[in-house]
Amino acid sequence: MNFTKTILTTASAALISGAAFAGSHMSMEMTIVSWGGAYSNSQLKAYHEPYSANTGVTILNDDSSSTAVAQLRAMNEAKNITWDVVDVEAAPAMQLCDEGLAIEIDPDTMLAPAPDGTPASEDFGDMLVSECFIPQIVYSTTFGYRTDLVGDTAPSSVCDVFNTAAYPGKRSLFSVPINTMEWALLCDGVAKADIYDTLETEAGQDRALAKLDTIKDDVIWVSSGSDTPQLLADGEVIMGATYNGRLFSLIEEQKQPVAMIWDGQVMDLDGWIIPAGLSAERQARALDYIMFATDTQRLADQAKYISYGPARASSAPLVGKHADLGIDMAPHMPTAPENLSRAFLMNYDFWADYRDDLDAKFQAWLAK
Amino acid sequence: MVSSSTDKILLSADGVPLKKSLNRSLRQQKIRALLLISPLLIFIIVAFIMPIISMLSRSVENDLVSQTLPETVQALQSWDALSGQLPEESVYAAFAIDIKNAAKAKVHTKVGLRLNYEKSGIASLFKKTARKAKKWDIETDGPFKEKLIDVHDGWSSIEVWQTIKTHSPAYTSGYFLNAVDMRKTAQGAEFQPDDKTILIKLFKRTFVMSLVITFSCILLGYPVAWLLANLPMRQANFLMILVLLPFWTSLLVRTSAWKVMLQQQGVINDVLVQLSLVADDARLIMINNETGTIVAMTHILLPFMILPMYSVMQTIPPSYLRAAKSLGATNWTAFWRVYFPQSVPGIGAGSILVFILAIGYYITPEIVGGTKGVFISNRIAYHILKSLNWGLAAALGTILLVAVLVLYWTYDKIVGIDNVKLGG
Repeated sequence: MNFTKTILTTASAALISGAAFAGSHMSMEMTIVSWGGAYSNSQLKAYHEPYSANTGVTILNDDSSSTAVAQLRAMNEAKNITWDVVDVEAAPAMQLCDEGLAIEIDPDTMLAPAPDGTPASEDFGDMLVSECFIPQIVYSTTFGYRTDLVGDTAPSSVCDVFNTAAYPGKRSLFSVPINTMEWALLCDGVAKADIYDTLETEAGQDRALAKLDTIKDDVIWVSSGSDTPQLLADGEVIMGATYNGRLFSLIEEQKQPVAMIWDGQVMDLDGWIIPAGLSAERQARALDYIMFATDTQRLADQAKYISYGPARASSAPLVGKHADLGIDMAPHMPTAPENLSRAFLMNYDFWADYRDDLDAKFQAWLAK
Repeated sequence: MVSSSTDKILLSADGVPLKKSLNRSLRQQKIRALLLISPLLIFIIVAFIMPIISMLSRSVENDLVSQTLPETVQALQSWDALSGQLPEESVYAAFAIDIKNAAKAKVHTKVGLRLNYEKSGIASLFKKTARKAKKWDIETDGPFKEKLIDVHDGWSSIEVWQTIKTHSPAYTSGYFLNAVDMRKTAQGAEFQPDDKTILIKLFKRTFVMSLVITFSCILLGYPVAWLLANLPMRQANFLMILVLLPFWTSLLVRTSAWKVMLQQQGVINDVLVQLSLVADDARLIMINNETGTIVAMTHILLPFMILPMYSVMQTIPPSYLRAAKSLGATNWTAFWRVYFPQSVPGIGAGSILVFILAIGYYITPEIVGGTKGVFISNRIAYHILKSLNWGLAAALGTILLVAVLVLYWTYDKIVGIDNVKLGG
């Protein structure tokens, strides 16, 4: 009995002292959640390293952004938030904000103004889609194709994906309705402005699936952004959808015979949120980090490592050359005017309403 | 008399009756044993059993609606959902109070999302309404019927009110109905439209493919286990390392390796094309479908079949086979009548292990299964991580758990769980 007692006392003493130790150092350590891979690396180089050098804060990385909403909900239920700053896309950011899982951020007092004094709210402009969300980058979901496998006339339109006569071979698409159904309607002759109105109706949904039926046997359905670049590199598909930054690295860094279609690409935002329910110390640290990491120069710096467009207007002129390759990054940005002209804007509200319903329908269609 | 009866009771050295003393020391032993295992016991209860119970209970819990919209749920009780009439002003007024409070507490999207699982469009309906309702003064701003319909014409839809009423009880069968491709409506349970039925299909596919994987494992694993048990020590050890090697390699690496092997521009197809067995434009499709899942999962689960078989076969004395042969049995008869029946407990143990692991598998089907080779667990993961419909995910998980228990019970009835051996 004495023996057990001793063990228990020692164990609890160790636990308590451990907690106290962590408590006193909390604000000098933060956990930043992001997507991993080349994207996290660009953040490490552009934000984390200079911030740590300035402040001495230790930054821990967690590559959990793809499941951030589910995990933040679970943390909130358990009343134990272990993340300080989280990188998410616009739609999940809105959801987190609405559910009170992220704190509201006033751009003009909590974010750095542009170097010429323009307040952050104007500098970010329309990109501020939610009160809790500080956008970092604009990215596109678009198509890449194998230049050596598509014949003499290279595809130039998103609808070439649906043209199996001119471009025989496999193509890869994400196995989710988002983007896929919009492209199907677009290529079935629906005007860009009418796509979401059409997709709200049963007839419109069936029309999109009917269009997808025409290429169903030629599609390899993928679930992650890294699948399509791999399939393109292996020659498994002749064209496929993924994020423009992934395609950039395939083309320019890995020198694969691949080119990009800047047409009908779906634009989306990615940025930071700060979880609600942090201790005052940790929240202050997170806000300090955000203030630093989203200033004009830092956003422009990130574009040295990955081809995503900075969300601040004032950052665009500062975008320079790639850190290793030395090529000009500006023409590779989804925000470059010539790339932007034929882009497609996603309707967040529509997908908040219809995602579950259309996903069930889409998966049932896939399994047919 | 009295003194003689006490004389009969045996006393221990300190004068306490022996029976009592024995009992006490037994009890102490038990307590000590319990204390020794208590770290593990507490760990299992806290980290394993309690989370499972709390997750499973989500499949019937539904107090979100009645907690967030208490007045509305109360007011809707007097409304006949099948009357074909919109509810009275009192219901609208009650809803105005609820949505205002919910918006202040930032819980309106959560309940909107919950009801959106049942009827698409409610999420944005709640969001838009809450944005306006925050500024309302409940005392003076009535009547709310026109006001709400003015904010969004969704409030003039009887279906929306039916959905709220149907899904307001604190416990619901709705998630379980959803899990078997049905839904709960004001009229009662009904089947989902054909273009949305997917889960039953996935359950069937999971079971059929897990059976196929189990049988492939038996076919491939039996000869290997036999070799392991009958080869000389040195070779058997080497073979054992080959069997165990996959255990020491990351699951993701093994699965991705199958991708390289099986894809259309992959190793196997390249070899077949080179040998002119397959035309270059007709390369076999062996991945992103059922074949991919079956091949990769059979490989990954094979050790779980071989090891129990091996440990059972090791205990079968080789003299039995020799005896059978010396009595005139052919090789086949000796194997089939003497050896095989003794190895059945190993097959049983391996099959249970492999089958139960297979039906819960998630990562391998996700990577190599495409759309035709994914399992029910991939759908559970989707509902946990993406759609956040934890109720439905819990219902699907419960069904899977119960199905496994039923199978286990049937197996016990037919084969007898005592006949299953993991070794010795």
